[in-house]
Amino acid sequence: MTYIAKPKFHHPGLPKNELGYTHRDYEGKISTLCAGCGHDSITASIIEACYELSIEPHRVAKISGIGCSSKTPDYFLGNSHGFNSVHGRMPSVLTGANLANRDLIYLGVSGDGDSASIGFGQFAHSIRRGVNMTYIVENNGVYGLTKGQFSATADRGSKSKKGVMNTDNAIDLVAIALQLGASFVARSFSGDKSQLVPLIAAAIRHKGASFIDVISPCIAFNNHAGSTKSFDYVREHNDAVNRLDVLTGRDPITVDYAPGTVQVVEQHDGTRLALRKIDADYDANDRLAAMTFLQKHAAKGQVVTGLLYVDPDSEDLHTHLDTVETPLNTLEATDLCPGTAALEKINASLR
Amino acid sequence: MPDQSPISSVNDFVVRFANVNGSGSASANELFARSILRHGVPVSPRNIFPSNIQGLPTWYEVRVTEDGHLGARGGVDLMVAMNPQTWDKDVASIEPGGYLFYDSTKPMPTSKFRADINVIGVPLTAITNSTYTDPRQRQLFKNIIYLGALCALLDLDPKLVEQLIGEQYKGKEKLLSSNVHALHLGRDWALQNLKCPIGLRVKKSDKVGERIFIEGNSAAALGAVYGGATVCAWYPITPSSSVAEAFTSHCKKLRHDPDTGKAKYAIVQGEDELASIGIVIGASWNGARAFTATSGPGISLMTEFIGLSYFAEIPAVIMNIQRAGPSTGMPTRTQQCDIIACAYASHGDTKHVLLFPEDPAEAFEFAAQSFDLADRLQTMIFLMLDLDIGMNHRLCRPLKWDDGRQYDRGKVMTAEMLDEPGRDFGRYLDVDGDGIPYRTYPGTHPTKGSFFTRGTSRDRYARYSEEGAVYADNMQRLVRKFETAQDMVPRPLQANAAKPTKYGVIYFGSTAPAMDEAIGLLESRGHQLDRMRIRAFPFHSSVASFIADHDFVYVVEQNRDAQLRQLIVNENGIDPVRLVPILHYDGTPITARFIANAIGDHQDHLKVTPLRKAVS
Repeated sequence: MTYIAKPKFHHPGLPKNELGYTHRDYEGKISTLCAGCGHDSITASIIEACYELSIEPHRVAKISGIGCSSKTPDYFLGNSHGFNSVHGRMPSVLTGANLANRDLIYLGVSGDGDSASIGFGQFAHSIRRGVNMTYIVENNGVYGLTKGQFSATADRGSKSKKGVMNTDNAIDLVAIALQLGASFVARSFSGDKSQLVPLIAAAIRHKGASFIDVISPCIAFNNHAGSTKSFDYVREHNDAVNRLDVLTGRDPITVDYAPGTVQVVEQHDGTRLALRKIDADYDANDRLAAMTFLQKHAAKGQVVTGLLYVDPDSEDLHTHLDTVETPLNTLEATDLCPGTAALEKINASLR
Repeated sequence: MPDQSPISSVNDFVVRFANVNGSGSASANELFARSILRHGVPVSPRNIFPSNIQGLPTWYEVRVTEDGHLGARGGVDLMVAMNPQTWDKDVASIEPGGYLFYDSTKPMPTSKFRADINVIGVPLTAITNSTYTDPRQRQLFKNIIYLGALCALLDLDPKLVEQLIGEQYKGKEKLLSSNVHALHLGRDWALQNLKCPIGLRVKKSDKVGERIFIEGNSAAALGAVYGGATVCAWYPITPSSSVAEAFTSHCKKLRHDPDTGKAKYAIVQGEDELASIGIVIGASWNGARAFTATSGPGISLMTEFIGLSYFAEIPAVIMNIQRAGPSTGMPTRTQQCDIIACAYASHGDTKHVLLFPEDPAEAFEFAAQSFDLADRLQTMIFLMLDLDIGMNHRLCRPLKWDDGRQYDRGKVMTAEMLDEPGRDFGRYLDVDGDGIPYRTYPGTHPTKGSFFTRGTSRDRYARYSEEGAVYADNMQRLVRKFETAQDMVPRPLQANAAKPTKYGVIYFGSTAPAMDEAIGLLESRGHQLDRMRIRAFPFHSSVASFIADHDFVYVVEQNRDAQLRQLIVNENGIDPVRLVPILHYDGTPITARFIANAIGDHQDHLKVTPLRKAVS
């Protein structure tokens, strides 16, 4: 429906954020996905998170691979540059973009086919390098755009729309991300915007590789009985370990939390993440415990959601490479070219 | 006494070292080549090595050539046979009247030698074992000892060799003195026990001049530094790995902020070639100059992204250090075999710019230029080296740079430009009629100039479209852009024969030194040829006119399928009969002898004796 122009007028009383932008300034083109698609809810959550964080839309670069999920960057942040790249290769394109300009916010949008199958390697390596990005997988367990084949995140024993049983084991991207050293790992559900929006906001404010696996039911091919990625199944088995409030600026924590029920994590840029514990024993700063917890609950068929792990002292690829603070794409010949004098010395050393 | 008189030659012969890889011979052999250069005599060395780290045969060939013929010659005048595994083959390869240098510690049966060569035995193992106790030292100094013996045999000035050792081990006194000691150990033994010098001699000359001695990969990497590359992503593959490694070491010396010590570059070793080119494309899309270096198999893996670069118009540079294919092929052998694969890489209708440097100096220039071309043309640029240029030290003119030179970042619209009244930004809008649209970097302007980059078809304003006319309009503009490229890339260089001739020859890349030498050989056989060295694709219009000006033209290349010839026929609509393929593809560098024989034989066949005359 990209040929249908989205009306530009809006209610004059729409609330504005600190920068004076309304929600509308964070929107993109009209979605061409199926009505009721979980991905559209994620799009709405991204818009909400960016609005709430008062991000300048054009300072975000949105990069995706190929598939239904990868089409979505066209539907949010219309004033941002977007790059709908090659199937499974969003992570490498994003890594390169990030190296070129460390000052932008990088939002990588991918799907389960894109990240768990064809691009599993790139997913893994971008995470282990600690690229400063928010990596969202819109996970529906099927290939939607090619009409309903199982993806690698489909659970073993789950059924396709045609009634075929999946006999392959599922890849849990959250578990892999934790193992590979992602410094921010979360899982959420497209149907739970109140959980998802703060997770996206916190991930954007996190320095390093932030990974969010969002279960996002495919209304057309994976929302039936026997599927473990349907709205009904996820609602019934959603096991949230915490709820998150993102506190920016110097505002004191005004929300009244019962003692011992809140874990506050201060991130690199001063953002504070207030985690209201639902599972009293869950510690979002303990990578190993998170991995064990996930495995145990997965075995029981539960879908663990929430902020599963965050490392407040995280580093990113630029830290590791010790690159200059100035974005590399702004350096000129005077910064980059060693000139003739240096070349003469090199010539002399080669005789 | 050999039944053939010993070869006698001053400053014009070929020495080949047969070694076992991993034995530390490479640095001694390189020292040998460099010390001849210090005598003012040009050399052209070549590594012939296996795809292996330790234990397999490796050769190092040094062509000593006062006349400056830097191509491979073929044949061996002096074999330094240090590898028992290849003994028979090595002995067989010596020219009649040539010399065999070997370790005579263990006596060899006479059947292992040849009657028509001169045998020089030096008990290297005995000398090293009586001098050194540490096994590693024995191994390493054995190499320097044979170098010392060669000094005496070829009449090299030991002072010049010492000087080189001194430069190499500057500040490491212990290593310096022990190496010099080993050098004299070998030299003295030879002087006392052998007739020195032999028929092959090095005599001081002044033919090296200001030329430098550098590997093409290192020069290309330096070109990337000078050309302003800030992002390099790569995956190790022979023979290209040393490009990224050299870029790393050049950057460490030349690209750190003097105040903060921080890096003005980012180098990532990707998990594979797909990631490497993905990183390059992401970085270039975001306004950095980025490149990768790879070889044939890497090109195959990168093709999907190459198509994206072409269609979405994202600048990028690939340095392809070609090796013998197909498949894994011969990873350590040279060929020019990716011409077609690169020119038309990726599915759908695609065409890419290729640059063909002839040597390290041109590799430096073209590497720097490739970033200007990539930005200007907003497309993929291939810098086509091969193993012969890339991994061998080559004598070439000094590297030059103009300090006034600015980078051409191409058509990039800034925030100020976007704010100009009446300015219309369409990412794929051909404003200037040259097929090249304007682009913006991400983050440029709060409300203007953003666009969605995609590999799918889109209109001039980057809006998704599957309209046939919109698609065709874009594809036609890409053709126009490629035509624009024709006058931006390095032009062919033409040299006419001494006498007017109906015949021409086209060649490119690493074939150049062998071709230059072959011209002389052909002249001595009475064959005159005009020649054209093609330096880039798309072909300049002078290529077609050169072909039109001659009855036929030989196309000399190092692959089986005459790939450059195919490209010329295909792109210029040339009658294939006009282009005679001269093909060398056994993985060794092409030689002047090969070219002269192939072309000479073909020319001889043209001299048809009229039938009537024959019967009368």
